[in-house]
Amino acid sequence: MDSMTKGMTPIVQAVSGWVKGFILVFGIYLVLYGHLTPGGGFGGGVVIAMAFVLLVLAHGKEEGLRRLPMGVAAELDSVGALMFLIIALLGMFAGLGGSFFTNFIAKAYPGEPYSLLSAGIIPLANIAIALKVASSLFVIFMMLVLMRVVYTEPGKDS
Amino acid sequence: MHYALCLALFLVGLYGVMVKRNLIKIVISLVILESAVNMFIIMIGYRKDGIAPIMSKMMDPEVFASRSVDPIPQALVLTAIVIGLGVTAMTVALAMRLYEKYGTYDIKEIRNLKG
Amino acid sequence: MLELMGLLLIFMIIAAIVAIETRDLLAAVISVTAVGFGSVIAFFYMRAPDVAIVPIVVEVLILVILIRATLRVGLKTFVGNRDFFGMMVTIAMLLVIFLAGIRVFNDLPAFGEPVMAKMMDAPSRIYLANGLNDTGAANIVTAVLLDYRAYDTLGEATVLFTSIIGAIAIIRKKARKKPSEPEVEEWTV
Repeated sequence: MDSMTKGMTPIVQAVSGWVKGFILVFGIYLVLYGHLTPGGGFGGGVVIAMAFVLLVLAHGKEEGLRRLPMGVAAELDSVGALMFLIIALLGMFAGLGGSFFTNFIAKAYPGEPYSLLSAGIIPLANIAIALKVASSLFVIFMMLVLMRVVYTEPGKDS
Repeated sequence: MHYALCLALFLVGLYGVMVKRNLIKIVISLVILESAVNMFIIMIGYRKDGIAPIMSKMMDPEVFASRSVDPIPQALVLTAIVIGLGVTAMTVALAMRLYEKYGTYDIKEIRNLKG
Repeated sequence: MLELMGLLLIFMIIAAIVAIETRDLLAAVISVTAVGFGSVIAFFYMRAPDVAIVPIVVEVLILVILIRATLRVGLKTFVGNRDFFGMMVTIAMLLVIFLAGIRVFNDLPAFGEPVMAKMMDAPSRIYLANGLNDTGAANIVTAVLLDYRAYDTLGEATVLFTSIIGAIAIIRKKARKKPSEPEVEEWTV
């Protein structure tokens, strides 16, 4: 348990310092190009969460919590869910005769196929899903790391 | 043949859930069950010598539609894997709470300690 | 080339048996990750790169979580299964399930032919034919996930949210804050 809370050797810390930025950028790339190449909100979000998990494993939980505090992660989780829902509801009220989850942007501005700015709501929804997945996985990982399991014999005071 | 092997993997996981006494072993069996089910759903949509359901500029749409693998199972499994991680984390948390209360991962002993 | 897939599945079965039957918990956890990575290779083989990206990372996270639960000072080890009679009944039941399952597969098309090829009006065909024109997304899986069947995705996001809330409810010690206590940002558990 102690090895997880204090961080690892300086070699691991130095290497993870180099690598974590690349992992984060790769995750963001997966999210933004999710409608053109393999990837998307789920895959990208998991990779982004992994960058922070690497930080926690290498530098200890204090460093991880300094970069992304638990409260902020929990709020980002809610922001992702709300953003997804608002995108869905906007399709209903955008005045294009749409229903829930109408791709209203693609109907108004179709955009060039195979380019980044195309496919209407899909990139936005990808970003929302990625926020949600990344922050909720980080929260649950941190909860499990912070959880302190001590067995107290029955009869003794806890 | 392939479907039968996938079913065998599923049954190995089911065996672990039903027979093992260690809570961590039960969680491990649940993870195996989950990957067997995901595998089976993807296998249903596989087309021999197919191509991934991602279009490119060079490809003729008609050829693409006739050669691509099924995209719907992939979309379903994509979400199921992430949810499986959440469920696994929940079961691990439950096992650790039980350890905290009873001091053991052995479910037989837990049952003897408290009904 | 289909034999490769069979070999991969046999590898996964062996890894699963090792994971379940080994005495060492750490070895069991590592073997279950081997099952997961086997499924990653299988997803790549079955032309599902979208899906394959996710379990690469998810398996590592499961490994970390399970090692977190396994490494513990003074963890008592014990061997043996539940009682013998129950085990025999279990194995007989699994055999019955296996034989019944084999018969079900007779109704499915052989491996290598998708089910959608048998149905003329399967939704997958419509998505594949019109996906790019309808949504503008070249990745048809994303088009299905976030446009055609986005309602499903909303439901799945809700399930993820619920499972996280369930885990946090199990983990945190203090059930409820009393009104008299001061408001503090408390994430310690």
